[in-house]
Amino acid sequence: MAKDDKHAPRTMPLQSATFSPEVNAEIRRAAATGIYDIRGGGAKRRVPHFDDLLFLGASMSRYPLEGYRERCDTNVVLGTRFAKKPIELDIPITIAGMSFGALSAQAKEALGRGASAAGTSTTTGDGGMTPEERGQSKTLVYQYLPSRYGMNPVDLRKADAIEVVVGQGAKPGGGGMLLGQKISDRVAEMRDLPKGIDQRSACRHPDWTGPDDLEIKILELREITNWEKPIYVKVGGARPYFDTTLAVKAGADVVVLDGMQGGTAATQDVFIEHVGQPTLACIRDAVRALQDQNMHREVQLIVSGGIRTGADVAKALALGADAVSIGTAAMVAMGDNDPKFEEEYQKLGSTAGAYDDWHEGRDPAGISTQDPELAARLDPVEAGRRLRNYLKVMTLEAQTLARACGKNHVQHLEPEDLVALTLEAAAMAQVPLAGTSWWPGKPGTTF
Amino acid sequence: MQTFDLEAKGLRALNETLQAQAPQTNETAWEVVNPRGSHAIAVGLDAPLDVTVRGSTGYYCAGMNQQATVRIKGSAGPGVAENMMSGTVIVEGDASQYAGATGHGGLLVIKGNASSRCGISMKGIDIVVAGNVGHMSAFMAQKGNLVVCGDAGDALGDSIYEARLFVRGKVKSLGADCEEKEMRPEHLETLRDLLERAEVDARPEEFKRYGSARKLYNFDIDNAY
Repeated sequence: MAKDDKHAPRTMPLQSATFSPEVNAEIRRAAATGIYDIRGGGAKRRVPHFDDLLFLGASMSRYPLEGYRERCDTNVVLGTRFAKKPIELDIPITIAGMSFGALSAQAKEALGRGASAAGTSTTTGDGGMTPEERGQSKTLVYQYLPSRYGMNPVDLRKADAIEVVVGQGAKPGGGGMLLGQKISDRVAEMRDLPKGIDQRSACRHPDWTGPDDLEIKILELREITNWEKPIYVKVGGARPYFDTTLAVKAGADVVVLDGMQGGTAATQDVFIEHVGQPTLACIRDAVRALQDQNMHREVQLIVSGGIRTGADVAKALALGADAVSIGTAAMVAMGDNDPKFEEEYQKLGSTAGAYDDWHEGRDPAGISTQDPELAARLDPVEAGRRLRNYLKVMTLEAQTLARACGKNHVQHLEPEDLVALTLEAAAMAQVPLAGTSWWPGKPGTTF
Repeated sequence: MQTFDLEAKGLRALNETLQAQAPQTNETAWEVVNPRGSHAIAVGLDAPLDVTVRGSTGYYCAGMNQQATVRIKGSAGPGVAENMMSGTVIVEGDASQYAGATGHGGLLVIKGNASSRCGISMKGIDIVVAGNVGHMSAFMAQKGNLVVCGDAGDALGDSIYEARLFVRGKVKSLGADCEEKEMRPEHLETLRDLLERAEVDARPEEFKRYGSARKLYNFDIDNAY
């Protein structure tokens, strides 16, 4: 065959796995703009997760409970260590901290309505407490953040618990940024800053450094609030054994552990995707830290980051958590990324399910925005109802799984009820690889 | 005057007693003896009390104060008057790090020197330091006034927003986006008022004013480093 034969078979064009179309597009975007990509949400990459675990269920050696008739409780008490008034929740699924500023007032109100109707708590965020949120939230956790935007002792005393935020899963070691386009008059006033400027949230607290200082800070917060309120300490999924150990040492009633799938209102994509550990990899180390101090169940553990279903809830509890927390899933339940807004997502250069430019404030669903017209699209009553329904479904699902494992309380689920589908998940969750009695790193075994 | 022996009765009893005072109380004068550097003394007050602490204090003395006047007859540990909302806190000696951090209102007077990060993230508080302040003072300062009658350390006013800084002595260096500003008559008037209220003997005309160049207010890649 002649060398210049145009009809000769040719090698198929092959896209590089390393320089994929997405990677090349990002290189071109960076070259054109000179700015790193900022977005909302949590890690989008595939990481070992609860989907990689299975419940074994009851059979000959275990006794199941009847699906709908036999009791399976879901209540949880948080803050039993030091607080005079621990929080009692009907379900072990709480709403994570999301700020007024990042979210519209309507969305915050809806979170309060939905959580209260389902018998659980919601949480403020960077920017302080709004009357809508307090008014609609039967149980409200007040976040104490490095920026201290809107922080005041009056609101602190109105809260049912205080969450000292050391870090979050989307960006352990990072601060925050609320871009100017979301700084309305009201947001600006609450944060004591001019309208329209980018508002930076520091990555460290301004008046304490390290766990020894935190112990004193927690003492101050307790003294100001009459030792009534549970004090949570929230950490990102970085070094869960040591972070949990030090949080307990500092006097926490509750440790909130947020894995890398946990969302943020806005930060650098490189931060979200490349810092921190998957939620699944964090839980057992945190539980071990509590057990090593004889504090498991005495200091409660709330796990967040990628919780979507009752199965996720049940698996997190089985691994030793006392409760879970949801953020992104709650937004989706309220209408975020709904395909009914597809046309508008397309105009924003995105598509339903992928929309993550929450920092730009142009959310068609009216959730991650301060634009009055967009925000008015979200009916707080209807969105609250949807959130309540979703929380109820997740609870029913978790109960179903717990009964199948023979437990009359979801908190009785245990690692022994689980197996893993992959080596990675087996190693992280420290439960056997399906079909074996072994996991990588199991004491007394070699790999 | 009511005298409270902190060593004998303990911190919880002190704060519980002071916080329980009604806004209209007649028992406004309180004296705390034997503080011995305890943390969280007289925190969360919300009545027009006049509390004198006879000795030095640990962390967060007068934290989140509202309405009360707290006078420390000694030096103060880190975070004195942190997140103060209103009232007056006077430190007769020196103050450690983060004095007046995130304060929203009221007046903090430090008769001696203040360490690093004085007025960090301040949100409306007025702070008058008769001596010097350490590095990174007024970091990310949002609102209010910081008056330094002595010298300021490195990186004064780094990433500052709209707070106003007045320094009589030398500034070792200014932080990112902080610059010297014109001293206009209204600033001299503000300064005069603050110095008078702080009972500090200094002339407003001897000070220079510093504030935000406002170049970091919106993200710009050319400002990143």
